[in-house]
Amino acid sequence: MAKVEFETPKMREYPVIPIIHADAMAHSQPFVASSQHQESLGFPGQLVDNWKEVAIDKMGELLTKYRSLKVYLDSCVKCGACTDKCHYFQGTTDPKNMPVARQDLFRKVYRRHFTFAGKYFPRLVGAEDLTEQVLGDWYKYFHQCSQCRRCSVFCPYGIDTAEISMAAREIMDTIGKGQKYCNEIIGKVHKIGNNLGLPEPALADTLQGLEEDIKDDTGFDVRLPLDVKGADVLLVTPSADFFAEPHIDGLIGYAKVFHQAGISWTLSSYASEAANFGMFIGSYDQMKKIAERVRTAALELGVKRIIVGECGHAWRVAYSFWNTLAGPFDFLDPRYPSPQHIIEFTSDLIDSGGITLDKEANDNRIVTFHDSCNVARASRMGNLPGGQFELPRKVIKAACNHFVDMPADTIREKTYCCGGGGGLLTDDLLELRVKGALPRMEALKHVVDNNGVNNVAAICAICKSQYSKVLPYYGFPRDMIVSVHQLVSNAIVLGDKQ
Amino acid sequence: MSGLTMFFALLMYGAALVFTVGVGWRVFIYARTPAPLKIPTTPAPTTRTGVWIRMAREVVLFESLFKSNKWIWLFGYLFHASLLLVLIRHLRYFTEPVWGWVALAQTFGTYAGFAMLAGLFALWLRRIVVQRIRYISNLSDHLMLWLLMAIALTGLMMRFVAHTDIIGLKMFALGLLRLDIQPVPADPLVLAHLALVAGLMLVFPISKLLHAPGLFFSPSRNQVDNPREKRHLAPWAAKLESK
Repeated sequence: MAKVEFETPKMREYPVIPIIHADAMAHSQPFVASSQHQESLGFPGQLVDNWKEVAIDKMGELLTKYRSLKVYLDSCVKCGACTDKCHYFQGTTDPKNMPVARQDLFRKVYRRHFTFAGKYFPRLVGAEDLTEQVLGDWYKYFHQCSQCRRCSVFCPYGIDTAEISMAAREIMDTIGKGQKYCNEIIGKVHKIGNNLGLPEPALADTLQGLEEDIKDDTGFDVRLPLDVKGADVLLVTPSADFFAEPHIDGLIGYAKVFHQAGISWTLSSYASEAANFGMFIGSYDQMKKIAERVRTAALELGVKRIIVGECGHAWRVAYSFWNTLAGPFDFLDPRYPSPQHIIEFTSDLIDSGGITLDKEANDNRIVTFHDSCNVARASRMGNLPGGQFELPRKVIKAACNHFVDMPADTIREKTYCCGGGGGLLTDDLLELRVKGALPRMEALKHVVDNNGVNNVAAICAICKSQYSKVLPYYGFPRDMIVSVHQLVSNAIVLGDKQ
Repeated sequence: MSGLTMFFALLMYGAALVFTVGVGWRVFIYARTPAPLKIPTTPAPTTRTGVWIRMAREVVLFESLFKSNKWIWLFGYLFHASLLLVLIRHLRYFTEPVWGWVALAQTFGTYAGFAMLAGLFALWLRRIVVQRIRYISNLSDHLMLWLLMAIALTGLMMRFVAHTDIIGLKMFALGLLRLDIQPVPADPLVLAHLALVAGLMLVFPISKLLHAPGLFFSPSRNQVDNPREKRHLAPWAAKLESK
């Protein structure tokens, strides 16, 4: 594929709804999975001959398995409330990136085959057969959705485009047209245990190196244990935490918190991945297989608690789905929520005085917080609805003196996706990622210009990688993005309690 | 019994049957289809009572739509609230004696007809004027608004332009309820109004009007946010467990 030349969108002074430009992103699509990547997940290696029939059959099957899909396809009244809510629409102006128009790519086929009106009056209700052209649109535009659920917040019926894009991706996998990035990664998790394909010896090596770094930095023997049987806590974290910046600084932060709290913990080489790309491709089976690795590891290591590191969709899967997919987790200590988020853990320690934070260590920073979409709109932290907004901010404020929020319509439940979520964090979609980041970058610019913000903190591995990549396109320094536990790491007072 | 009366009696019975059975069938399908995963749009209520309150806010206030777009909310709310008043007012044609609270709604219900028409027209105007909404509209989306506007218009004309034999119409309506068919007034406006309403009932179960029952079955709105506390397992997913 030739490298696509594109222009970074101009940041607007005031956010305005763009004029639509048909097919503005019709050239954007990710690499198709090779037959090897497809077959290792049990999908056909390439587009099957009778793909239309197989696709329609699969659609029929999904309609009986997922109430969300059935209800959402029937209920849309085309009111237009969602049309300006998607970051990809705002950044690309392609009308097929309006949530309702993206759904309609699927809905028109549903109507043609599964509804009275679509069967007998297709023109009237915009019903269409699944042609090669339509399949092409599916592949392009269901890979221009980061499944961030922002549209569902604003829909009067709660229609969640993510559910429809997941169904579309599952159908495409079933007929042999999967996406390389996701399916290759899922294969690595099954084979090796993490998205990176980092085998146990390399992981052990990395962790040992980090221990030495911390020792050099602080003089303390902070450990990063691997496969330690009988530890209290199993930490499951995205594998990006083992090598990428600024993720790794977050991992160091978790280690220091465990060290200082005096709680025994371990990582697992078998379940060395919190991410679960099975969700992105809409596959219950794949998601379940990946989730079960965590259960297996927890049982083998005999831990009492499971804590999840900073990762957005992983927290959605862990919080909302693990109990369903791989539960019940009745073998864990019932005094703690299972699973627990590392932010919940650290927040409790701040409250109980189990750790002490010296805010002045971060005095060179004016920090804002990016609410990651899956954490914000598909999960919770703590006991109260909205704890997923309050607890990270509380931890940041406990570690920093200077905190500023971005504009109200771009944070909390209305947060904008970083532009790289939902299985799109691949360089073959770079143009989409840069353009999709526009609304977030505008909000960031607002607090940079008005409040002197010089750091944006996140609790998602994908967000952190995406920010590192796209910040420079918008004239911001790459290292502006930090992990929340990186701030904790800087501020935490190690050694004997005062 | 005239052929005209026979035709309209059958039309109204048929439409009522299609409406009830059709919508009932859709609701049955929605209820039967499992929701295998917990997907409430968060922050979400952590109790069943909380979910009832969330749902009530959506149904009564159109809360999400209000967050989204004030114009669509205004026109949509105007239409739906007026429609409710108009429907309440119409109960007087099906009750004898007329219930007190229905009689009370008479004035509001009458003028609500204008508000309903205005709301519908504004919604249609948006559909043709706003580029994004024009893009997502199919012919059926326009037809639905025209159908509703035609119903409102014929109704208002009977009240304000050319009075019809309202006693006769009430006799016809009560006759339908009592299975004792009475002559339908042979006024073109009445007949048009009845035919259009029958049309609306006929398309209800096969159109986007299913958004009305659909809202109550929307997992992103009707689920309790308690996945850590309570294990949620759909029947088809439970079968994967034993493997």
